[in-house]
Amino acid sequence: MNRDDFLMLNNDYIYFDNGATTFKPNSVVNKVVDYYTKYTANSHRGDYDLSQKVDYLYEETRDKVKNFINASSSKEIIFTSGTTMSLNMIVFGFMKYYLQKGDEVLITKAEHASNVLPWLELEKEIGIVVKYIPLKDLKVDIETVKNCITEKAKVISLAYITNVIGDIRPIKEIAKLIHENNGLIVVDGAQSVPHIKTDVIEDDIDFLAFSAHKMLGPTGTGVLYGKYTYLDKMKPIFYGGGMNSRFESTKEIEYKTLPLRLEAGTQNIAGVLGLSASIDYLNSIGINKIHEHELELKNYLLEKLKSIDNITVYNKNTDSGIVVFNIDNIFSEDTSRYLNHYHIFVRAGNHCTKMVKDELGIKNTCRISFYLYNTKEEIDKLIEVLKNNKDLYEIIL
Amino acid sequence: MNTNLRREIIVDNAENPFHRGLVNKDGYIKANTHNESCIDNIDLYVKFQDGKIIDAYFEGEACAITTSATSIMIRKIIGKTKEEAISLMREYYNMIEENNYDETSLGELNAYSNIAKQPSRKKCATLPFQTLEKTIKISEIENIN
Repeated sequence: MNRDDFLMLNNDYIYFDNGATTFKPNSVVNKVVDYYTKYTANSHRGDYDLSQKVDYLYEETRDKVKNFINASSSKEIIFTSGTTMSLNMIVFGFMKYYLQKGDEVLITKAEHASNVLPWLELEKEIGIVVKYIPLKDLKVDIETVKNCITEKAKVISLAYITNVIGDIRPIKEIAKLIHENNGLIVVDGAQSVPHIKTDVIEDDIDFLAFSAHKMLGPTGTGVLYGKYTYLDKMKPIFYGGGMNSRFESTKEIEYKTLPLRLEAGTQNIAGVLGLSASIDYLNSIGINKIHEHELELKNYLLEKLKSIDNITVYNKNTDSGIVVFNIDNIFSEDTSRYLNHYHIFVRAGNHCTKMVKDELGIKNTCRISFYLYNTKEEIDKLIEVLKNNKDLYEIIL
Repeated sequence: MNTNLRREIIVDNAENPFHRGLVNKDGYIKANTHNESCIDNIDLYVKFQDGKIIDAYFEGEACAITTSATSIMIRKIIGKTKEEAISLMREYYNMIEENNYDETSLGELNAYSNIAKQPSRKKCATLPFQTLEKTIKISEIENIN
């Protein structure tokens, strides 16, 4: 991995907010620019060379995504605007018709808003019951899940890795449990697909949602994976061009087969092609190496933080590159403003998981989330600044 | 106000805020304001009697600017009539927006006179008064004087 591959790293920035979004390597930027400067055309629309080239690259990306998450078929890969859209399609395009009044959907209080609010809306709409699996030491514990699965439990919807505490959930075991109950598992992969190997067959995942921009790709692009048998039953949220095969004034309508039926309208082609380049980049390094690097950085940071008295870390025992902390008696946002003064960027707040305060016992924290381009030298600079935190108010006020 | 004094006032009030945490909420009007662009979140409790603010407390989590401004505001509004409180609020907003304002009436609130230089912090500094305005409106609607 070469830091020169990222123009953003030429700035004097220490970027520790990769859980929010990531920097883009030149190969991704160039791929997007090439689409706009060398072969702009719509996909699936024309018989001319440019359009065919775009078709080829677009569908090639679908294959790359399929291989990246080890899906059985590229027909199971739908391009969306991101994790949020993917999860909304799962809930309002599939679950709305699959579930019945009284059926239970299990989530936790540590889920991202995108994996909470669609379910709560569906609860209001059709009377499903959303239940929270209690966390044990902030983690999802398999025995607790077992106890939560009643006869009525039809869906478990969880992040593979949470964006607040960064714990990796035992998705394979959970999938087995809910399948034994004739239920389905929905996985929010926004924080996991960019960082650990995803294998939807090995884990037996029914639906998976993730975003390109958190894995070096462009914003506004994401993926919905679904097992063919379920995806084929999903009703489109959008109807229009690109997804129909014919319609007549007599109101006879025929829609396309998967995957195009679920991709109405002109897609974010530049974004999809950028995602293709980001997958190439991640593959060239290896997802396992990326994960190892992040863990090494996390352990290094935790060790260094021991030398500072007034800092509390909330998630020492999780296995991803996320560290959540506060300086004692300082509001997290003031800490992030202080670090910002030194061009160190961390996230302050509740990280879109407004219910996790019930579990964490604290509403707001600072979050550091590493990625492949972060270094120990950057951590050393962070530690130096944190050590001087008695100057915090002098800097921010 | 010089920088050191300004900072001292803000830090003192942020670290040891006045009237934070109310045990018995009977008779208090509550309003909440949260900052949509960040994470400041304040509940303000105000008790009105005979057209006056006779007591006020706050709860919530917020940055040093919001917490301190709330603390100072509460200290200043207790004992004031609603009209006097609104007039104080107007002078404060004038200062924040860099209009002409009456410096003497604002006292320690002058610590935020340079906040206009940091536009992103304006919301933090005005959050307590926005919340106060809500409690006054509720008191009018519910006819609580």
